Amino acid sequence: MASDLRGLAKYVEPGIRLGLPVDYAGVSMAMTRPIIERNTGNLHLICVPTGGLQVDQLIGSGLVRTVETSAVTLGEAGGAPRFNAAVKDGSIKLMDATCPAIHAGLMAAQKGSPFMPMRGLIGSDILRHRKDWRVIDNPLADGGDPVVLIPAIKPDVTIFHAPMADRFGNVWVGRRRELAAMAYASAITLVTVERIVDESLLANEITAAGVLPAIYVTEVALAPKGARPYGLWGEYPADTQELVRYARAARTAEGFADYMATTQMEPA
Amino acid sequence: MTDIHPREILICTIAKLLDGVRHVAVGASSPIPASGAMLLRALKQQAGETGPRISILGSVEHNFFTNGSAELFDCAGQGRIDAFFLGGGQIDGQGNINLVGAGEYPQSQVRWPGSFGSAYLYYVVPRVILFREEHTPRAMVEKVDFISAPGLSDEGVYRPGGPIALLTSKALFRFDKDRRGFDLQSVHPGYDLAAIKEATGFKFAHDETPAQTALPDPQVLKLLRERVYDEVAETYPDFAAQMRREIAQPLSHAS
Repeated sequence: MASDLRGLAKYVEPGIRLGLPVDYAGVSMAMTRPIIERNTGNLHLICVPTGGLQVDQLIGSGLVRTVETSAVTLGEAGGAPRFNAAVKDGSIKLMDATCPAIHAGLMAAQKGSPFMPMRGLIGSDILRHRKDWRVIDNPLADGGDPVVLIPAIKPDVTIFHAPMADRFGNVWVGRRRELAAMAYASAITLVTVERIVDESLLANEITAAGVLPAIYVTEVALAPKGARPYGLWGEYPADTQELVRYARAARTAEGFADYMATTQMEPA
Repeated sequence: MTDIHPREILICTIAKLLDGVRHVAVGASSPIPASGAMLLRALKQQAGETGPRISILGSVEHNFFTNGSAELFDCAGQGRIDAFFLGGGQIDGQGNINLVGAGEYPQSQVRWPGSFGSAYLYYVVPRVILFREEHTPRAMVEKVDFISAPGLSDEGVYRPGGPIALLTSKALFRFDKDRRGFDLQSVHPGYDLAAIKEATGFKFAHDETPAQTALPDPQVLKLLRERVYDEVAETYPDFAAQMRREIAQPLSHAS
């Protein structure tokens, strides 16, 4: 299993745009260590639409150049310590966004469109700092009506964790449709799962409705409890104690290095 | 039953501010706003009405969305969400909110998580309640260091939504769109105008002697304690347990 995950990590080349899901949607924590071991830096992280532990650990390991996100937080466990430190010393480039702008960018990519127009944002400092976004007057109105254009967001690689795949590469994402949206927008999608079933998930209408079809999935690997210490919807809850332990340890660079050296991240 | 916990005044105030909404959304770690929404729903149901639909982000049991995390925003963009709560590390006198960080951007000396959905929801949800328990000059500032979302928009900008009120641990303000600022509506028990002025970094309109925030009626308090905390506990077990612990002992000993 560990070798499977290392195989998946080979897709993470230096400088790529890497799409990662929000903490409650299905984070492949099992892939964090193999990515860090591979030590390919200069990554541009795209958090859909926010980031947490995995993002903080990749930043702490010095692999990240840019973070495109609506927030980075450890939730109940508090602020993300290595992210906050990297912001303070200016070692990462920030592309602050707002959640629906990330969704809009992915949707543009999904449709093969250059951009998606979006309400809100006008008058915010988020917009002021995003030179890649544009404001135009709504061309369908009689005049005025400014609207923001969000360019398509196309991750090179997306990595997430889901409950189940079949041996044909179809992945069950249930109602976590943002995972499907990420895969539609990405050139490569890598999925770790709790289990792999023999029967096609498309054979049954009830499971088929929640399936991300294999056409969008590059590789699947087995990783039981692969979201830990995060939870996985419908499967197991988050281990908040462990998140708190990390948050404390990672307040300093030394504490972070210590935590990473001593904590078994692959599922036992 | 006679002692009222300060947070119960906040919960009851929120229920009043939400009166009439059909659908209210609440952020993942917002137990007090969620309690206010659940109290309103219980009051409506007691009166034989349906009560508002409540969406709690990140919750499994209070989440009926099936189209991923984008659906909340799509729903809000169409006007299907009537009320939402926003906070921020800084809130200023014009209703601007900052969820990003203190000091220079991007190299913030104190970085907060980020803007989340505020730069959209603040524009499109008609009844946004600004809620922040901390009421100090560092939280309530004259001008925010970074505008995650502005309180008001220029003429011609699509803006059906925005702030209607600001609720803190010390006071309730109403937002006056025409005057582009806050009016002090009422002061919670234990505080007076001088205390509010001292705690607030921005100027606000006020009566010479501001009203005291209304205390919950006994039957409302009974409903809150006998029913609503049970519902709250399903999503916020720690918060519900803490409230029960603190109302079980005399307030002078509560934290």
